[in-house]
Amino acid sequence: MIEVKHLTKYYGSKRAVNDISFTVSEGEILGFLGPNGAGKSTTMNILTGYISSSDGEVLINGVDILDDPVAAKKNIGYLPELPPLYLDMTVKEYLGFVYDLKKCRLPKEAHLEEVCGLVRIKDVYDRMIKNLSKGYKQRVGMAQALVGNPPILILDEPTVGLDPKQIIDIRNLIKKLGKKHTVILSSHILSEIQAVADRIVIINQGEIVADDTMDNITRSVEDELRYTLRVSGADDEKKVIEVLKGIKGVKDVSSLGSAEEGSFDFELDVDEDTDIRRDLFKRIADRNWYMLGLKSNEMTLEDIFLKITMGSDVNFKGRKPVDEQLQRQLMQQIGGAVAAAEAMSKSGSGQSFELAEEEGSEE
Amino acid sequence: MTAIFKRELKAYFYSPMAYIYLTVFFFISGFLFLMSNLAMKTSNMSYVFSGVFTIIMIMLPLLTMRLFSDEKKLKTEQGLLTAPVSLSGIVFGKFFAAFCVFLTGMLVYIPYLFTLNKLAGKIAVPSIICNFVGLILLGGAFISIGLFISSLTEFQIVAAILTFIVNLFLYMIDMLASSVSIDAVKKAMTAIGFYNRYTEFTQGILNVTSVVFFLSVIFIFNFLTVRILEKRRWS
Repeated sequence: MIEVKHLTKYYGSKRAVNDISFTVSEGEILGFLGPNGAGKSTTMNILTGYISSSDGEVLINGVDILDDPVAAKKNIGYLPELPPLYLDMTVKEYLGFVYDLKKCRLPKEAHLEEVCGLVRIKDVYDRMIKNLSKGYKQRVGMAQALVGNPPILILDEPTVGLDPKQIIDIRNLIKKLGKKHTVILSSHILSEIQAVADRIVIINQGEIVADDTMDNITRSVEDELRYTLRVSGADDEKKVIEVLKGIKGVKDVSSLGSAEEGSFDFELDVDEDTDIRRDLFKRIADRNWYMLGLKSNEMTLEDIFLKITMGSDVNFKGRKPVDEQLQRQLMQQIGGAVAAAEAMSKSGSGQSFELAEEEGSEE
Repeated sequence: MTAIFKRELKAYFYSPMAYIYLTVFFFISGFLFLMSNLAMKTSNMSYVFSGVFTIIMIMLPLLTMRLFSDEKKLKTEQGLLTAPVSLSGIVFGKFFAAFCVFLTGMLVYIPYLFTLNKLAGKIAVPSIICNFVGLILLGGAFISIGLFISSLTEFQIVAAILTFIVNLFLYMIDMLASSVSIDAVKKAMTAIGFYNRYTEFTQGILNVTSVVFFLSVIFIFNFLTVRILEKRRWS
């Protein structure tokens, strides 16, 4: 179990982390989400005792990381952003070294084999680390964190540099590990977090802006239900709007223009408690128009993320909106990453994943 | 500590570093032995031992330069510092690894001793022991200084050059002291000089003050290295 109380970290005069508090209970998978530079890695480095906090305390299973670092660190397996690999060693030697370093008592051969099996690096066991690909290095880093079977795993962007199939493997592994371990993982890829985490902490500019389950975060940000509607057969847009406005539960209708020839698109603001779909269909059919599409615009995690971190519309703990340029950058970043990750999670074959990822990374 | 010691020792012998060091050390030692003992027909090894001062002064920085700087550069220190080991365990593990390579170099003197014993009939054992103690302490002191400087920078070459400069300073300070007229300064300078203290050992004089001095240097610099690692967490 991890308790973080009022954590603050200054780098010189720059405040990287500001008064962060959260707890992670046993067996929980916590997703740590935030744009680059939000303070994710800093927080993780403090949790693992790599750097110290300027203020506040961190308790690992009740032990303060500053009071008794060795005892606290025994409980943690840490995969930093850049895996701490010695390039001049083979995977076998390196994991053996980590095993000795952590003073493990488990049977060495069997334990290392088990760990290698989990992250699927058995085939490179005798190769020099410097000759491995990025994906393998990342997985060796993951293996290093798992050595000694620590009850707490802290993983800083564990899937960076992996190909889509490996990402899914690692995700499944994390889920599996989450049953017996307490896991904190960070990412700026939202679907990544969504896929494995029980709870999400969103951090921006060193502050926690949301800390809840995915559902609750969605609910708190979503204020109303919206549909996008495409209607054809009508000769005048205004007539359609008139009809739509007459439906019970519709609060507002705005035109989105015409995307398909002979059709009009609308966005409907709808009262959450009323289901308008049947009524809507009937009224359109009565006029001999055709409903070509109806889609509810549920907020995706990236919408929520942007909404929270950008502070637009919602005001979480009085966050101020950040400047537009950053927002644009973020959009691009997230867009790419998410497209890739989503394509992966939806599609079944490895081939199509790779295409999607390439598209993403080009951005 | 043992895990780090083992890793570092392996790393020395996987890279050319240990071999370069040992080659140079063996070569110069052999040369000194040939010139001062075999050619001069004496069993007194103090020339070899005093001559080797400059060699280890130049060569040991090459052994210690990468110990911490590389960890910092490759970010592997993150693995060490988040592992359940104490900072002093890390420092001493690395110290002993370099020390071990240094001691391996000194093994070459054993056949020399047998040779001398055979040729001269007998050797002055107490004086030899004194030489060995002196050299071991001197090596330890140079290594701990090098280790400390390595923890200050992430560039190996900077660490090596700085260590060499510091070693050179500790070597020359005795000579500089002789030209200083203020007594107190002179005393202070000779107190920290390495060369005179070391040559005393090579002459067969076991000066307890010097033993304590070198042990203190080893301890203080290793302690300072621990402090540097500690401090880095707080910055």
